[in-house]
Amino acid sequence: MDDQVRIKLENVSYTYEEAAAPALSEASAVIREGEFLAVLGHNGSGKSTLAKLLNALYIPTEGKIVVCGYDTSRDEYVWEIRRRAGMIFQNPDNQIVATVVKEDVAFGLENLGVPTDEMLPRVESSLAAVHMSKYADSAPHLLSGGQKQRVAVAGILAMEPDVLIADECTAMLDPSGRKEVLDTVRSLNRKKGITVVWITHFMEEAAQADRILVVSDGKIVSEGTPREIFSNVERMRELHLDVPRMTSLAGELRRDGMPLKEGILTVEELAEEVERLCPLKSGI
Amino acid sequence: MLTNITMGQYYPVDSPIHRLDPRMKLVLTIAFIVAVFLVHTIWGYLLILGFVYLSARLARIPFKMLIKGIKPLRMILILTFLLNLFFTPGDTVLVEFWIIRITLEALRQAVFYSLRLVFLVLGTSLLTLTTSPVALSDGIELLLGPLKKIHFPAHELAMMMTIALRFIPTLLDETDKIMKAQMARGADFESGNLISRAKSMVPLLVPLFVSAFRRAGELAMAMESRCYHGGSGRTRFRVLKLKKADWLACGVVALLIGLVVLEGILL
Amino acid sequence: MSIEVRHLTHTYGEGSALHTVALNDVSFTIEDGEFVGIVGHTGSGKSTLVQHLNGLLKPTSGQVLVDGEDLNGEKVNRRALRQRIGLVFQYPEYQLFEETVAKDIAFGPKNQGLSAKEIDARVRHAMSSVHLDYDKYAEKSPFELSGGQMRRVAIAGVLAMEPSVLILDEPTAGLDPRGRDRILTMLEELRAREHTTVLMVSHSMEDMARLATRLLVISEGRLAADGTPREIFSRPGLMTSVGLDIPEAARLCGVLRSRGYNLPEDLYRPEELREHLLRLWKEAAKC
Repeated sequence: MDDQVRIKLENVSYTYEEAAAPALSEASAVIREGEFLAVLGHNGSGKSTLAKLLNALYIPTEGKIVVCGYDTSRDEYVWEIRRRAGMIFQNPDNQIVATVVKEDVAFGLENLGVPTDEMLPRVESSLAAVHMSKYADSAPHLLSGGQKQRVAVAGILAMEPDVLIADECTAMLDPSGRKEVLDTVRSLNRKKGITVVWITHFMEEAAQADRILVVSDGKIVSEGTPREIFSNVERMRELHLDVPRMTSLAGELRRDGMPLKEGILTVEELAEEVERLCPLKSGI
Repeated sequence: MLTNITMGQYYPVDSPIHRLDPRMKLVLTIAFIVAVFLVHTIWGYLLILGFVYLSARLARIPFKMLIKGIKPLRMILILTFLLNLFFTPGDTVLVEFWIIRITLEALRQAVFYSLRLVFLVLGTSLLTLTTSPVALSDGIELLLGPLKKIHFPAHELAMMMTIALRFIPTLLDETDKIMKAQMARGADFESGNLISRAKSMVPLLVPLFVSAFRRAGELAMAMESRCYHGGSGRTRFRVLKLKKADWLACGVVALLIGLVVLEGILL
Repeated sequence: MSIEVRHLTHTYGEGSALHTVALNDVSFTIEDGEFVGIVGHTGSGKSTLVQHLNGLLKPTSGQVLVDGEDLNGEKVNRRALRQRIGLVFQYPEYQLFEETVAKDIAFGPKNQGLSAKEIDARVRHAMSSVHLDYDKYAEKSPFELSGGQMRRVAIAGVLAMEPSVLILDEPTAGLDPRGRDRILTMLEELRAREHTTVLMVSHSMEDMARLATRLLVISEGRLAADGTPREIFSRPGLMTSVGLDIPEAARLCGVLRSRGYNLPEDLYRPEELREHLLRLWKEAAKC
């Protein structure tokens, strides 16, 4: 097996008990080492099912998933998979177990049977990596949503994972909390080379990924860089997903005849294109 | 607001008693209870009272706070006192009229039984006031640890306690929100008779239960995903170590028991 | 119906060591038919403010007047006044409790003491306002619905009380783009059809740009600014100083203006910007 591949899905389908249609059907994908991959889709598209499959919380009804070299359907690998591919969830309140921040970060280590004297340095360095050292002795319920999610990230980080799966972990946060968590995870991706699977319905977040998988009605419907994905404004509208406002504005201007380049995502990029097409002359 | 309710009755100050190992405190509390049952004279009770008073001083807990713990028990106390007073057989009659007959033996027993109850409560209050709920659940888990061999769920019990403690503030917060939301829809939680008030709780309790179950499901999944698989093979982040102070406290309680026994023999 | 807030101050835990001033001398008046956006950082005091507007919280000092009557005055029928101001909380789907959707929506009108016939009419009307088909959903359990549908049931529960003013605390939080668009469209229709005055707390400046006729900016318990979106978004540095964003269109306008382009300073909607950019391009092509 290619050692660059962190996660491989081969024709994966998953049907919930007593459900008529599969929540995810015939999904195939490869996630590479060090990559920041966004999975974009609306509620009920199957993106959360995908997340749970990657963590061996669900086992595919058909097909096969290999995470860090381990087949998720094999019972004996379950704990190794969960250690190597840690997951953070949507509701910040419902994933913190302990009554003190540092003890919550240690929860995973306790479960793995890490010796007590090794725990403290790992807990401390994980909290430092998410900039939460100051709150090590705080009670979690007094933290903001963004801070709680960073504690959750630290809890995963302490287990020294290869992959971080974020299952809509910003959906319940305000804009500053969202930015705080995304920035933290992005810096872990860049500095520590942790592979990230970022599941979201916010296109602003997906736009910052290396690559996007778009999920709709239980299928992976497209795949590509943010520029490739968002350029197809019509397609995204059909899927009830947002496109960056500057991308859709640029699209409309192109339709009006203005020869803007494809793949504009940000305010800066559109401003530059306007400058190129309408050079300032003295007098305007 | 509901969130202002204090957690348990832990009195968070720093003191030598607060710093004692929770396991030792649990064991010593049991020893103290035994001592209370061994007492047979008023001198013994004075000794016990002195011990409780000094411990409370050392723990920097206002004595009033300690006494407050007895309040909920006052009905039982009065009942114990009266039953013993009226129905203990004895010879030295103090008061007698109509069908009531109070003897010295009965009075003695009534006073002693009531005192026994009071000291039981004071002793356990001293434990809960000086030990945080988390430390308490740690202590219980470790003390009951040996019982795991006979499949006693000591770890599960402690885990349940920890999770309950973690979620109490969250659920209180949520109760407050749901209550306000229903009040905005015209719900009335305050007026009416008992039945209509009980009925008015439905719009509060149903959402609260639904949410508690949803939280439980999500938490279970999050715990599993962090490799939680019960107590076996698990290590601990917080370790408890018995220190000199613990053995000193142990010695003091041993002395107390010794004196109580001596008092029983000599007086 | 007008709401007038006069020198409103609210302190939590007054007298204790932990007291915090959540609102500090806030004053404004809301007139009939406005769509007022309330924006501010988390913890700025928005939620506290909103809860004062229908009397769930009492001011530490200052007044809230509804049609000139003090909401916390002694002789006022508080319940009647409160019912005219509908408040939809954050994540309102968590307050659903009845066996069926229809019964849950009927909870408010029932508390108002309306007749069975009137309640039924209100439930039907409210369901159509939130785009839920009566025949399909009325007898379903609210707990069987999707998150977005549950939220619409909860909003219908407040609409069924037929408030003159509707206050919503982050009605689109946690929804995907489709769920969000449904709620926003619904609010637009409601205003067009029933002229309901709407106050909406939101973190999304893009949503505010689309809907609001007026913005109240709250920062650290104070009213930092009060004006039309056009005024607020074009005042340089105002929103950044209170830690908030401005719509991307307004940002693009600012960037281009700073580079010397001839654009009006108060553009904040993409469609306005589109016209001006086309004009710039055509002017450039002429030369």
